[in-house]
Amino acid sequence: MSLIEVRELTRRFDDIVAVDHLQLFIEEGEMFGIVGPDGAGKSTTFRMLCGILTPTAGNATILGYDLLRESRKINKHIGYLSQRFSLYGDLTIDENIEFFAEINDVYNFKNRREELLEFTRLTPFRKRLADQLSGGMKQKLALACTLIHHPKIIFLDEPTTGVDPVSRRDFWKILSALLESKITIVMSTPYLDEAERCGRVALINKGSCMAVDTPLQIKKMMKGDVIEIVCDNIRSAGKGLKESNLVLGVQTFGDRLNVIVENAEHDFALIEKHLKKTGIGITDHRCVAPSLENVFISLMSREAKNSLETIRDIE
Amino acid sequence: MTFKRIKPVVKKEFLQILRDKRSLSVLLVFPALLIMVVGFALNFDVKHIPMAVFDQDKSSQSREFIRNFSNTEYFDVKYYIGGYDEVDELLNNDNARIALVIPPDFSKSLSLGRNANIQIIIDGSNANTATTAIGYMSVIVQTYSQRIIEQTFQRVGVKMFLPIDFRPKIWYNPELSSAKFLIPGLIGFILMISAVISTSLSVVREKERGTMEQMMVSSLHTVEIIIGKTLTYLFIALLASVFVLVVGFVFFDVAVRGSIFWLYVGIFIFLLGGLGQGLLISTITQNQQVAFMLAVLSSLLPTFLLSGFVFPIRSMPIMLQIISNVTPAKFFLIVVRSVIVKGVGVEAFWDQLIYMIIFMVLMITISSVRLMRKVN
Repeated sequence: MSLIEVRELTRRFDDIVAVDHLQLFIEEGEMFGIVGPDGAGKSTTFRMLCGILTPTAGNATILGYDLLRESRKINKHIGYLSQRFSLYGDLTIDENIEFFAEINDVYNFKNRREELLEFTRLTPFRKRLADQLSGGMKQKLALACTLIHHPKIIFLDEPTTGVDPVSRRDFWKILSALLESKITIVMSTPYLDEAERCGRVALINKGSCMAVDTPLQIKKMMKGDVIEIVCDNIRSAGKGLKESNLVLGVQTFGDRLNVIVENAEHDFALIEKHLKKTGIGITDHRCVAPSLENVFISLMSREAKNSLETIRDIE
Repeated sequence: MTFKRIKPVVKKEFLQILRDKRSLSVLLVFPALLIMVVGFALNFDVKHIPMAVFDQDKSSQSREFIRNFSNTEYFDVKYYIGGYDEVDELLNNDNARIALVIPPDFSKSLSLGRNANIQIIIDGSNANTATTAIGYMSVIVQTYSQRIIEQTFQRVGVKMFLPIDFRPKIWYNPELSSAKFLIPGLIGFILMISAVISTSLSVVREKERGTMEQMMVSSLHTVEIIIGKTLTYLFIALLASVFVLVVGFVFFDVAVRGSIFWLYVGIFIFLLGGLGQGLLISTITQNQQVAFMLAVLSSLLPTFLLSGFVFPIRSMPIMLQIISNVTPAKFFLIVVRSVIVKGVGVEAFWDQLIYMIIFMVLMITISSVRLMRKVN
């Protein structure tokens, strides 16, 4: 049995289906990433798993407890870091940790607090009001608060969104250390580079799961090669290629195109010819390994059959 | 539910309130300040009405008659004038509210045993003052007339008797001071507003910040959150009520005649009802502005208009009398007036306490049930 089993989990808000028959199995001790664009239903899923939101349909078991009937038992063993900073800005770091310790039935928290402050390197700021901390420090404090009661699972909802790169690296170091201490981490992120650092990832779109596997396996799911092309007039080049039958997919990335083809060597010549005909010259090209981003976009476009432009907009 | 888990909530609330000096002073000092301002401003006592006198007789008797007015604290004879045009001017400019005109033959008529006609001109723009002033004046004039009759009868040697001697005895508030009437109402008014506003804001603030969700993921039960918050604000409101009573005593001479214990039983139940109403508002609003508006409207309007605080309920149309029952302040007011002004025991107002308990239980139950349902 998996540590977390999510079965047919569904949540509707009026006529919008935020989470749609979601299935997930998360194992003990892994770092599991949930990846998807804004509005994919990541936060809603987290809120349901943490017992804040009641599912419209479906259920889950967490640590062997039934989510609908035993959510209070689950609460004792999980930590939840919500997407926005939700601590008391008018309390100090120490006071925040103390409060979250005591409401989680941890009354002997002093040693653990020292440990966590040391671990997150917040010790020098412990008397500072939470509102006066930087974004990165706030996030580390929030993490410390969710860890105070030794949870077995922590749910981190976009923990690094809006955090500067240096703090982000710090944060990831902390997460790696947590993973070593056998804590199961479930995190959502809109950043695909971060998702690549997870043990396994689930690609979520429109409330349901498109793929679950290790980042490596997911990348292998993509058939064909990816050619990165730098040329003038990227938008019309992308549009032209999409309308031609030469390629499996085209993704526009601002200054370059990622073109998915069956065989790079064979197909590049045809692409070059096609572009030349429309008056577009290629400055540079190379074969690249498919990134999660490539896979994600191609999965999404296959599913939704939306135009490239809309997908870029979603991103 | 354990006290162990309520304690951190209370501790946290106190830390936050103590740190927020502005809110704290609003909660504690503002009620007392408001009592002072409103207590002095909302004064229905009619005293020291400026009066002009046009004495055309200028006799010793007319002067004696005028002294009957100036000797009371109700009238201040400020102007002795020489013509009707001055009456116009003084009343128009609001320098005088009443003009007394004594005819030239005043003393002569009286000594001849004839009717003397005096004229009184009153500024009726404030109906309340005018009515009260007329009341005072008619008593003064009647008493004076009676004395003249007595003297006349005495002179002819007949003993006069008064068929009915009218001597009212006023209970509870013998000096008829309106502060005694208003202060109890003000206590209810102010406590209600601050209880409703403070709780609704404190819960909505947590919703806005997302800390409510954090608490819901913890081992805390919703009931423990509610109790923790309620205890904190109950304590602060009780403290505020002490200030209010002290201000009422020091500045308005309103002392508690009855039992302080029963007064606080009433305040306690009333406050819990108000806190429940605040909680209820917090379950239906998502941000502090809306919560504040709703809290003010739902506590201020009914408490001011329908509680009998200023406007007597008995003189309202029957529909309003029925609607007034939704206002817990109506019942609270009876309790407070009974204890503070009348000094009567619980046997006189236990039924009011029951009404208040019903309101309190209703409010707290509905809001707890609504809060218990998971936030959306």
